[in-house]
Amino acid sequence: MDARRAAELAARNSYGRLIAYLVAQTRDVAAAEDALGDAFLAALKTWTESGIPHNPEAWLLVTARHRLIDMARRTQVSDRILNAFKLDRFAPTTEPSLEDVTFPDDRLKLLFICAHPAIDPTIHTPLMLQTVLGLNAAQIASAFLVAPATMSQRLVRAKAKIRDAGIAFELPLAFELPTRLEAVLEAIYAAYTNGWEGVSGADPRQKGLAEEAIWLARLCVQLLPEEPEVRGLLALMLHCEARREARRTADGAYVPLLQQDTRLWSQPMMAEAEAELTQASTFQQLGRFQLEAAIQSIHARRAITQQVDWQALALLYEGLIQLSPTLGALMSHAAAIAEVKGWEQGLALLEALPPERVNSYQPYWALKAHLLKHSPNHSDTQQAYVRAIGLTEDPAIREFLMQRSHHYNSSI
Amino acid sequence: MKYAILVYETEQDFANREMHMPAYSAYSQALAEAGVMAGGAGLHPPHTGTTIRLHDGQRKVQDGPYADTKEQIGGFFLIEVPDLDTALDWAARCPAASNCAVEVRPLLTMDQA
Repeated sequence: MDARRAAELAARNSYGRLIAYLVAQTRDVAAAEDALGDAFLAALKTWTESGIPHNPEAWLLVTARHRLIDMARRTQVSDRILNAFKLDRFAPTTEPSLEDVTFPDDRLKLLFICAHPAIDPTIHTPLMLQTVLGLNAAQIASAFLVAPATMSQRLVRAKAKIRDAGIAFELPLAFELPTRLEAVLEAIYAAYTNGWEGVSGADPRQKGLAEEAIWLARLCVQLLPEEPEVRGLLALMLHCEARREARRTADGAYVPLLQQDTRLWSQPMMAEAEAELTQASTFQQLGRFQLEAAIQSIHARRAITQQVDWQALALLYEGLIQLSPTLGALMSHAAAIAEVKGWEQGLALLEALPPERVNSYQPYWALKAHLLKHSPNHSDTQQAYVRAIGLTEDPAIREFLMQRSHHYNSSI
Repeated sequence: MKYAILVYETEQDFANREMHMPAYSAYSQALAEAGVMAGGAGLHPPHTGTTIRLHDGQRKVQDGPYADTKEQIGGFFLIEVPDLDTALDWAARCPAASNCAVEVRPLLTMDQA
């Protein structure tokens, strides 16, 4: 990681903490963002002239607070904001002792607000990326393949809803914690590139936010150390991330998981993943993310044993499907069954899926082609390859599938 | 909603069309099988174009494409999908998205025209 990136990550920590605190006071995400944005701009100017203050966070917080009060006065609509700060402990008189300003870490509440059931689930992740990490709408739009203007609009709408619907800025009660936490974890996972670990490759819809997702998961572990699923999610993403270098050859060609050179897998990341998973298991509450991490842990074991325990994978996928029958899990289960019980059994599982669910799902066609290779029906295999190629977004995977298809055609 | 997926190609892409053919035919087959294909065509390379302007009633005919840019339109697909998000999903799968660029534009409907 270069220095700029490191600085970005450090700033991210402050940014999220400051936003969370300001939102906790005002309930107005957009206003808090505007005010903090102004404060950062003011910092650029003031700090270059008179030096960096001893407590930059406190400086930013006090400045942002002033902006919020100014904005509220100007528009005269926000009694809420004026009231919020009237009782605030940073009254202007405390400013000389800026050094002593401390404020609580409200980021956990912010995460729960972003993934609140009253907010459209498709905007949970973008909202989190913007408020907690400070990513801009254009960056988020690119990751989610949405027009930037559309993404801005959706974010604005969601923030207005938080403000106007009076969504409580509080931690969920114990009885609702599991479902609320699941939404937070889902949103973090959605930021991570998923699906590439499938047998024959997948559409990596959301690229480039892997680091951000892992950062959010680490933050969650830190804020909720007693929740095993949080550690499960972190372990899962670390296992996948450990293989980043092995997923492409030097000239960019796609390498499927089973053919990856395990020496390229990151040992420290795998070790961290295993440690998190072990820690999670001490709570004895199995969940979806721990299961997924366990699956990746089995793949990771190939680095030591040189082989894949398909039996164990098939069982774990079966468990996963019971908990959360995503298309990705169904594909991987079928692939594992094909390894254990033969290609016909795997194919039967694929063909039992409703066509409208898999029609435009690339991994389905890629796996189907892979399994049909063993069948005597050549044209079906070719058709499946063509469908997979036509549905692929990633040029390296497209190239890989075209080579496989070509190889198949010349072998029959 | 109907959208046009405008396919942009570089000079190199135009030169290597033969090579890109299988990917494009797989792509249009996927569009057709998904039931979203509403038309489209590939175009011959830009140097085959002829541009015409009328200036004060005078015809001015010029060899080559209208805009002399590095990337030129190489063809288009018309698709019918529920919304822009879905259109962008399909556009991202177009081979030109990774080679050069694709532009997605909604089609004017008769009552808008």
